[in-house]
Amino acid sequence: MRPLEIKKDIYWVGAVDWNSRDFHGYSRSPLGTTYNAYLAMDQKVTLFDTVKYENKAELICRLSQIVAPQKIDYFVINHLEPDHAGSLRDMVELCKPEKIFCSPMGLRSMEAHFHFKDWPVEVVKSGDSISLGSREVHFLEARMLHWPDSMFSYLPQDKLLICNDAFGQNIASVERFADQIDRDVLKHAMQQYYANIVLPYSPIVLKTLDQVAQLGLDIDMIAPDHGLIYRGDDVDFALDSYRTFAEQKPLKKAVIAYDTMWHSTEKMAQAIAAGLCEEGISVKIMWLKANHHSAVMTEIFDAAALIVGSPTHNNGILPSVAGLLTYVKGLRPQNKIGAAFGSFGWSGESVKVITEWLEKMEMRIVSDAVKCKHVPTHDDYEKCRLLGQAIGKEINAM
Amino acid sequence: MDKYICGICGYEYDPAYGDPDSNIPVGTPFEKLPEDWICPVCGAPKSEFTKAL
Repeated sequence: MRPLEIKKDIYWVGAVDWNSRDFHGYSRSPLGTTYNAYLAMDQKVTLFDTVKYENKAELICRLSQIVAPQKIDYFVINHLEPDHAGSLRDMVELCKPEKIFCSPMGLRSMEAHFHFKDWPVEVVKSGDSISLGSREVHFLEARMLHWPDSMFSYLPQDKLLICNDAFGQNIASVERFADQIDRDVLKHAMQQYYANIVLPYSPIVLKTLDQVAQLGLDIDMIAPDHGLIYRGDDVDFALDSYRTFAEQKPLKKAVIAYDTMWHSTEKMAQAIAAGLCEEGISVKIMWLKANHHSAVMTEIFDAAALIVGSPTHNNGILPSVAGLLTYVKGLRPQNKIGAAFGSFGWSGESVKVITEWLEKMEMRIVSDAVKCKHVPTHDDYEKCRLLGQAIGKEINAM
Repeated sequence: MDKYICGICGYEYDPAYGDPDSNIPVGTPFEKLPEDWICPVCGAPKSEFTKAL
């Protein structure tokens, strides 16, 4: 458990969580994750963020190889979510820091998490800076990226941006830099993270990227609090990727997400996919019992169309489909075509319920929903194929 | 007309733009927003807003 010097006198002292799969109770992290914390050795020894409570020993082990914990003067807490600030109480007791810096919203969040008394907290706002001795730390509030308390710390002498959850990826690895791992794995993990965590705040991402450009910050390393660190050319790669993500320009791709009781809705999904394929559209068919909603969301993120299927069950839709729709709506995806399909036995409300959800998400409904009674006939399959074809044509016209 | 800032996320309500996502027309003063109107960015209630300086 060695620390890693990422810049002269600045060390990665975080923790690698190889076993993380349930990410924050709503998403999945199939490759594990890391909780990154950074230690700056200067006249004022400064720790940037901590780690999840369960991984506290790893943090203490790493930083103790550089300095005795009691010698740490300052804490900078960029974000209060427990995977980063979970060890804060114990670290305050162990290190007895002279000061703890956080954003104005960070203080509110810190109070609500820790109910503390007598912690030496100092609130910093955008534009404020502190000196550690030979280097400064400039603060930039990054509200709603992705919590109100989120903050970036920029170290101009080191050209280093410590950006908390922004630019993160859930990857557990022994490597610490993005250029040391497979690029496709990195890209997919970035997309998965963005689609499931950052997506609703895309307008703020664009504004923040503009702000960073206007401030003319000289950055040659971006150090997020999850996953790999971007250095050199990868700084622009990270910034450009986020601009592309935030713009949400869809690919020629559709996602068919469905659940099924007796395979009729499943068969309809296949027929719709056939119609889309005839138009040259890439299709992901995702059964909700085989795919977690966060994995479906990662695919919906860059798709032009979301086609949702559920049989009618007790005059409504299956719970798995309702769960997906709730999840997707909260993430506010933009620029999508929506469509509904499903089988039924006697009443057939499912497609209406799904369509209402899609309309609430401001998805464009370009074709009537398709429903079929019990088991699809050849005519039903043809309607499904034509639905896929119609959506395919719309995607090609975009 | 005054602009108002959300105390949670920093969103600025500007009557010159209204809030099209919640069907609030251009020119609606903050005081005339419905009591159940919420911040379009973070969902905070109207009571979290303060007048922009």
